[in-house]
Amino acid sequence: MHDINWIAFAVFVLLFALITWLGFAAANWRKGDLDLLHEWGLGGRRFGTVITWFLIGGDLYTAYTFIAVPALAFGAGAVAFFAVPYTIVIYPILFLVFPRLWHVCHKHGYITAGDFVRGRFGNRWLALAITVTGIIATMPYIALQLVGIQVVVGALGISGTGLASDLPLIIAFVILAAFTYSSGLRAPASIAIVKDILIYITAFAVIIAVPIQLGGFAKIFSAIPESKLLLATPGPNTTGAYSAYATLALGSALALFLYPHSLTGILSASGGHAIRRNAALLPGYSFLLGLLALIGFFALAAGLDKLPEFAAGFKEFGNNFAVPALILHSFPSWFVGVAFAAIGIGALVPAAIMSIAAANLYTRNIHREFINKSPTDKQEAQMAKWVSLIVKFGALVFIIFIPTKFAIFLQLLGGIWIIQTLPSIMLGVYTRWFDDWALLVGWVVGIITGTAMAIAVDLSPTYPLALLGHSFPGYIALYTVILNLVVAVVLTPLFKGMRAAHPPVDQTVTSDYFA
Amino acid sequence: MNRPHHQSAWSWWYLLFVIQYVFVLWPPLYNRVEPSLGGIPFFYWYQLLWVIIGAILTAIVYFATEAKHTSAGS
Repeated sequence: MHDINWIAFAVFVLLFALITWLGFAAANWRKGDLDLLHEWGLGGRRFGTVITWFLIGGDLYTAYTFIAVPALAFGAGAVAFFAVPYTIVIYPILFLVFPRLWHVCHKHGYITAGDFVRGRFGNRWLALAITVTGIIATMPYIALQLVGIQVVVGALGISGTGLASDLPLIIAFVILAAFTYSSGLRAPASIAIVKDILIYITAFAVIIAVPIQLGGFAKIFSAIPESKLLLATPGPNTTGAYSAYATLALGSALALFLYPHSLTGILSASGGHAIRRNAALLPGYSFLLGLLALIGFFALAAGLDKLPEFAAGFKEFGNNFAVPALILHSFPSWFVGVAFAAIGIGALVPAAIMSIAAANLYTRNIHREFINKSPTDKQEAQMAKWVSLIVKFGALVFIIFIPTKFAIFLQLLGGIWIIQTLPSIMLGVYTRWFDDWALLVGWVVGIITGTAMAIAVDLSPTYPLALLGHSFPGYIALYTVILNLVVAVVLTPLFKGMRAAHPPVDQTVTSDYFA
Repeated sequence: MNRPHHQSAWSWWYLLFVIQYVFVLWPPLYNRVEPSLGGIPFFYWYQLLWVIIGAILTAIVYFATEAKHTSAGS
């Protein structure tokens, strides 16, 4: 890197100062007693349709998404577009399953998926498995948000040696940690609004201005190599790229709302209506994401990786540098500041929600379950605030001292692990038929097979499943959750037969699941 | 009403959701360049179009099932 881009830097710092103020001011927004965990960690469950839209949007479409999806298009081409069918198929799931979960959680004061599973199945070990999976899958996700900040800070021309090079990241995280601690979920909810306005402005500016600069879409796409333009047509005896594409979309969609941070966003809504309405409104972001994937092609068509001024950036950040490079290449400095701030703030919002979600899980399902069984409300909220700090600090240490690629690998494994909670949570919302121990064994089998499959293919997301002389490359998470489910279905009648004397407990009743 | 309103009950409207699953999760349907739209290959504009169709279908299901809840609840 070379000179600092001062104008861009000034705009960037100004916008960061604005959201810092907003984050602290948010403590007084829709004022509640922040010494209660559901006020601090779920914003008092009072967010209506609009705030929920910003919050879930800010939660799911993260800075890393906005850097990594175009980077994948830049590097690998058409396959990156799986993000679009993925975001199409998630919304029916949101519409059908999650209002039920909201109602039962509201009724019983559940704050986490672990709380729900504990109440529904009465098994604290199953709840522990759900909790640990959630926390472990979330950690690398937080770390990857930091990569988003690192890339834009680097692109602003700020560099240094040793610990000084990480100083901007550390400052950003101290800010994040402080306002999350003091305002809880209200902070990311209010900042999400600013972030989305900036992201939308940036995305539309890029999608309109860059094709004009490059001479139109026809010209851009004609510059894309044949191999990247479409999915490769599968050869004989394999479903090839087609099954990989479709299973990646479906598996990612099934996993998404199992992540603790998604659930925190959903549970903070004011009711089932707000969630159902959002299932129809959130595709606004999907469209944006599709457009952003195209930005990877713009960078490819502009030949940015061959320009000398960006050589250092691509060397340091790889394809993740494609979006910042395109913005630097196409816009005046002040707008570069706006766009980079959008990405940077886009990292803080989900990172805040993720750390809150992980803190809620630890506090409710590990600390209260196994360590201090009857905390006061205040102790519980205080514990969550401390844990949110620890979680963020852990992510920061991780990203500073461990190469980025490990965070990416762990994030990949996290997707495979988190989907193993699907039978307990998403099916648990519909039925108490499953035996809790059968679910736990299914979870173990899913985690072990998923991890083994991922290692067998050198930590890539798809595994070529061989069956009857055919090969079906597909997303490991989807394959292994099916296995998990089969195990749970087979073992349930067996286990039930073995312990017929002890009928299963269930805190919830059918009418808890709807209004 | 004696019976609780069935927010959880099955509705035939939910079948509308199946449509988008079929049309976006079957890549052979759309893995081609032509017909392109304003220079954008079919593969890309088709999937972006389905984002909008999917949102409309979800909105239809929302209004259809919500109306039923309201009438059953009043």
